[in-house]
Amino acid sequence: MPSLGADMTAGTLAKWRVAVGDRISHGDIIAEVETDKGLIEVEVFETGVVEKLLVGEGEKVPVGTVLAEIGAGAATVPESASVPESASVPESASVPATGSASVPVSASESAAGSIISAGSSEVDLDGPMASPAVRRRAHELDVSLRGVQGSGEHGRITLDDLEGFPRGSAAAAIVGGRLRISPYARRLALERGIDIAQVRGTGLSGAIQARDVLSAKPSVQESGKPVSASERMQRAIAAAMTRANDEIPHYYVEQSIDMGNALTWLREANASLNVTERLVSGVLVLRAVARALRKHKKLNATWQGGKPVPSEEVHVGLAVSLRGGGLVAPALRNTDEGSLTDLMARMTDLVSRARSGALRSSELTSATITLTSLGERGVESVTPIIFPPQVAIVGCGATFERPWVVDGQVVPRPVMRVTLGGDHRVSNGHQGARFLSALDRLLQEPEKL
Amino acid sequence: MTLDISRDHVLELLRDMIRIRRLEEKSAELYAKQKIRGFLHLYIGEEAVGVGALHALRGDDNIVATYREHGHALVRGIPAGEIMAEMYGKANGCSGGRGGSMHLFSAERRFYGGHAIVGGGLPIAVGLALADKMKGESRVTACFFGDGATDEGEFHESLNLAALWKLPVLFLCENNKYAMGTALDRHVSDSDIANNPPAYGVPADSVNGMDVVAVHRSVHNEAELVRETSEPRFLELRTYRFRAHSMYDAELYRTKEEVEKHKKHDPIENFQERALSDGLITQADIDAIEADAAKEVADAVEFAEQGEWESVETITRHTYARDLS
Amino acid sequence: MTTYRDAIRTALQTLLRDDPRVFFMGEDVGRYGGPYAVSKGLLEEFGEDRVRDTPLCESTFVGAGIGAALGGMRPIVEVMTVNFSLLALDQVVNNAAVMRHMSGGQFEVPIAVRMATGGGKQIAAQHSHSLENWYAHVPGIKVLAPATVQDAHDMLLAAVEDPDPVFVFEHQMLYGIEGPLDIESVPPSPWRAAIRRVGNDLSLIAYGGSVHKALTAADELEKEGVRAEVIDLRSLRPLDRDTILESVSRTHRAVVIDEAWKTGSLASEISAILAEEAFYELDAPIARVCTLEVPMPYAKHLEEAAIPQVDRIVEAARRSVRGG
Repeated sequence: MPSLGADMTAGTLAKWRVAVGDRISHGDIIAEVETDKGLIEVEVFETGVVEKLLVGEGEKVPVGTVLAEIGAGAATVPESASVPESASVPESASVPATGSASVPVSASESAAGSIISAGSSEVDLDGPMASPAVRRRAHELDVSLRGVQGSGEHGRITLDDLEGFPRGSAAAAIVGGRLRISPYARRLALERGIDIAQVRGTGLSGAIQARDVLSAKPSVQESGKPVSASERMQRAIAAAMTRANDEIPHYYVEQSIDMGNALTWLREANASLNVTERLVSGVLVLRAVARALRKHKKLNATWQGGKPVPSEEVHVGLAVSLRGGGLVAPALRNTDEGSLTDLMARMTDLVSRARSGALRSSELTSATITLTSLGERGVESVTPIIFPPQVAIVGCGATFERPWVVDGQVVPRPVMRVTLGGDHRVSNGHQGARFLSALDRLLQEPEKL
Repeated sequence: MTLDISRDHVLELLRDMIRIRRLEEKSAELYAKQKIRGFLHLYIGEEAVGVGALHALRGDDNIVATYREHGHALVRGIPAGEIMAEMYGKANGCSGGRGGSMHLFSAERRFYGGHAIVGGGLPIAVGLALADKMKGESRVTACFFGDGATDEGEFHESLNLAALWKLPVLFLCENNKYAMGTALDRHVSDSDIANNPPAYGVPADSVNGMDVVAVHRSVHNEAELVRETSEPRFLELRTYRFRAHSMYDAELYRTKEEVEKHKKHDPIENFQERALSDGLITQADIDAIEADAAKEVADAVEFAEQGEWESVETITRHTYARDLS
Repeated sequence: MTTYRDAIRTALQTLLRDDPRVFFMGEDVGRYGGPYAVSKGLLEEFGEDRVRDTPLCESTFVGAGIGAALGGMRPIVEVMTVNFSLLALDQVVNNAAVMRHMSGGQFEVPIAVRMATGGGKQIAAQHSHSLENWYAHVPGIKVLAPATVQDAHDMLLAAVEDPDPVFVFEHQMLYGIEGPLDIESVPPSPWRAAIRRVGNDLSLIAYGGSVHKALTAADELEKEGVRAEVIDLRSLRPLDRDTILESVSRTHRAVVIDEAWKTGSLASEISAILAEEAFYELDAPIARVCTLEVPMPYAKHLEEAAIPQVDRIVEAARRSVRGG
């Protein structure tokens, strides 16, 4: 069967034009072959006598099949001149089965099932099924959906399922159970031995970007030996401070605040509290800073993607010095809310956990401003550097007795110097000054804190 | 009517027509055996056109042809072995195996292909003639194309431009009465194709393409006029192909009777008979020619069979002057 | 200081004067002085043999250019705009691009073709295409897109000298721009991209008429503290992968600006290259800023909205810096 075209794979022998015993010459038409394009005459290139016809009329055979045997020229007609029975027709090249275009929907076998959540704008085919509202709440509570057992239909996670869960069990970058992290960030994390599950992302939808990894603490030293905690911390601080110095244009505003009223009120309040509940002046300053920030939103923001993103909530980070020389500034969440006693308790707890290394990741990453108080060290003032991605920092010196003018008289008063460091891309000295004035006013009326 | 040419001339013309015929027949056989793949367009029946024309042109003239160009290539001087090897796709083919049956090229013989886009070669021919004119060369650029090409816009544009700029192009239309499967009067509004060129100021004539001597005479005259005047001219050569358009064609568009009728005008047989009856040649001459042709074809096949396949490693060669990767 | 169009004319004069093989043809390049006034005065200076007004037959005069190149000349063919070049695509794709290959290396086509491209002048749907990507798609030809006055001059010289077919795309909005032109110094290779502005925060990748918009966008972004790098691709085929990859490996963010429609665009090609070869450097999804997927409207405000403008570039850059 000759190839009669580029894409011909088989042909049907429609009709023989010769019979066994016929003499044929080069160029004679020996058969007619049916192809997709129609009937084609097949010529022969030999001269001789037809000895055998091997394919029957009507048979479809692949290109290359021997159709007939031609001999040198026997005088007699061979006996067995019958045409063999039709052999089975080989399949022509089969059309490959087209892939199914529909998305497979499987019944939920496992809890963290493979069901597509229809209608969700973020379809995560691998993660747990949860509505956007649930996802948002999980994000707020710092809960990873992957660990949650869904009690809804098909294992769907409900709001109720989240409430019973311990907080702070996941970094904010997990959306729908899947970590959003850029390829570059992932590579950096790998190279620096950083656990990306502990990194908070500052990109859109909480995606982890390189800068987030760069400001996280590495857990393995370059040499491969495990790093001491304090060394890690030093490195992180160094990285953060260098970055702050590089990127943030700082301005500073300073205020000397008369702490007389605050301290007097404190003594009176503490008199009626038992020892474990007693307030320190630091908590007054903390509360006052938080309240002042409510009205000075420009200072309560984080720098994301080239612009400041103000925060609705105030989480003041408290700079805590650690044994071994380290420094952390974990956030007291919603510092402006609750009673002073509560705040005191939370502050004590936070400081103790900071010193014992038991802080939650959200505490480490959610501060919207930092307060650093070096009063205990006895210095007059501090000119602090902002912790990126925050846009302001408040530094307090110790409270000293100083000559002060009250009603025209020079009297000794306890005075504390407060310095505001501000990111000049976000706020200016004028705004900073107003914040400090507000802070001053709040500390003059401690009973209202 | 006796042939008005010398015996030597007869032998030359006959030899080349037979060489083409045998090469084409062998190509058909090899295609059926899958040695030659892709498309294969045979020149069987049209030999008088290629032979007569190429004998009338000078070795220095430019030739642009179509995908049905094996005959032109062979008479032009591209060795049969290189043509066959090219059809096999071997590296020793005249286009390095890169072109195949439809793209035979030879720079040293000024054979500018081998074109598979109908009408696509005409602007190239115009350009070649433009270059020659600007350089003061006295070459003719002979451009072969079929009746189908006269439908394409480029045909009309090329006539216009060649006439406007007075370029030495000889437009040679091999009218075999079919544009693939569409008969002439079903694809042109005026089936007298030679009526077209004068509309652009290009003188046109027609000749019987089955008569090799007539073709030779006409092309010679036209070519010399082009050379002298450096202006384009058009010649329609009326011919007929005895085989299908290409190998995979059931010829549903014409009857066997029609084909048989035209076979009576077989350019080789008729020429042979006239030459024999005029006493210019003998049967022995013919036999010798056939024997030589058979050997030439056999050697060509051997050449192709022995040829190497180009390594895939050099596949990016000849895309740019220097391999960019 | 010279204009872009004058720089091209200077190059044409140099070529016609210095090389007798060079000639220039196209519609209205002679008596009319060129549709964009590029070739004004050239017919008078060089005569009708060297500066030829062609009939309106793009396919045949581009094909004739190819034939003339085959025949030993160095033709410069002007196709008025990329919009009309579609008529000649067969000659480009089936002859110019493949002749060397099809002939096994025997023939070459040293033709240079210039054409205007792009939109922005309210010339509507049939006259505002950016189809550089169609040409850049084809192996066998080379494509250049000069965005500066200097490049408009240098690239034409390089195109004519090159033994391969070279297509030079001149954005129609650039003809009047002014810039420095130095014809003495040795020009850089036309096949390399140029970093027009250095920055470490993200890479703005553009060509032709979009380069200046990218530079303006970079100025805007600077005010927000985002230091954008601007790459002028210059060569569209071959693309300078090295420069693109080096830049994005440093900035980790890419925004590609392309006046073509986004689908199947050069922006898509560059995005694919980045995804393939700089995947682990990307800190944000790659952004493409292209013409909206509509035929070019006539009304000014619609045309402006369709074509990439500075504000869209800035917005895409901001998104990129925010992490996508």
